[in-house]
Amino acid sequence: MSHTFYILASYLVAGAISLGLCLWVWLDGRARQREIAELEAAGHRRRSAAKTAGGEVA
Amino acid sequence: MSTTSLVLNKVTGLANPTRFLALCRSILPWMSGITALLFAVGLYMSFSSTSDYQQGYTVRIMYVHVPAAWLAMMCYSVMAVSAIGTLVWRHPLADVSHKAAAPLGAAFTLISLITGSLWGKPMWGTWWVWDARLTSVFILFIMYLGLIALNRAMDEPAKAARVSAVLILVGFVNIPIIKFSVEWWNTLHQPASVVRMDGPTIDPSFLWPLLVMATAFTMLFFTLHIAAMRNEIWRRRVTSQRRMAARMAGREE
Repeated sequence: MSHTFYILASYLVAGAISLGLCLWVWLDGRARQREIAELEAAGHRRRSAAKTAGGEVA
Repeated sequence: MSTTSLVLNKVTGLANPTRFLALCRSILPWMSGITALLFAVGLYMSFSSTSDYQQGYTVRIMYVHVPAAWLAMMCYSVMAVSAIGTLVWRHPLADVSHKAAAPLGAAFTLISLITGSLWGKPMWGTWWVWDARLTSVFILFIMYLGLIALNRAMDEPAKAARVSAVLILVGFVNIPIIKFSVEWWNTLHQPASVVRMDGPTIDPSFLWPLLVMATAFTMLFFTLHIAAMRNEIWRRRVTSQRRMAARMAGREE
């Protein structure tokens, strides 16, 4: 195999793992935000958030 | 108020997860932008750099292999500092920090192992040898996987954090072993040529792309670490809110 193969393979592996990591962190964040939104829609808020919504100082 | 107490106030203020989340919201877009820019410049410099007189263009593998290897060790050091934060100061964000960092460290270690192997084959004539440097980095990878498994196996985050913190600090002995393995033992892997007491020994035409790529990888790590910490805080909030909702539903019945 030529040197070009080893160079390209290295960059592709590094890129794929780095992008996979970015995608995983991003998707994880979106899933957690969706869960928080669902809980809030069901009327479950954090005590501090509920106080702020009620006009009190958090 | 003195400067020291002002700084201390700022640091302890970050112990509040709500303040940390507000900080994440404002700095993450900037950090992502700077990371992308650094990678664009670093990749351009990597692919326009000259060839080495012995290695030819395979020297370009260095620009991803070396930063990933540095990050693999730096990530573990960040985890060790966080572990001290968990055990000594019981800092609320310390266990969130080392839990969020473990998968990132595992990924950077995997990049360094695979790219090292892809560099070893054309230069050494072998994909892998069990020399001290390669073996100690492989042990680091196994330790990261062990810590991820441990965190996932325990339901109680506070207990998992304390057990992980002890394990992280015990495992930290591997970091100096990795760094000095090339000096203490006779290895196929070359000794350090950048981080040396007498300064770098590589030519500036290779050093500059390497430093830019290392900065890009470091920014990528911190951006992902902060984002993963934010996700972990959200995950814990969801868990506690669900528990509270279940308790309230139990009372209503």
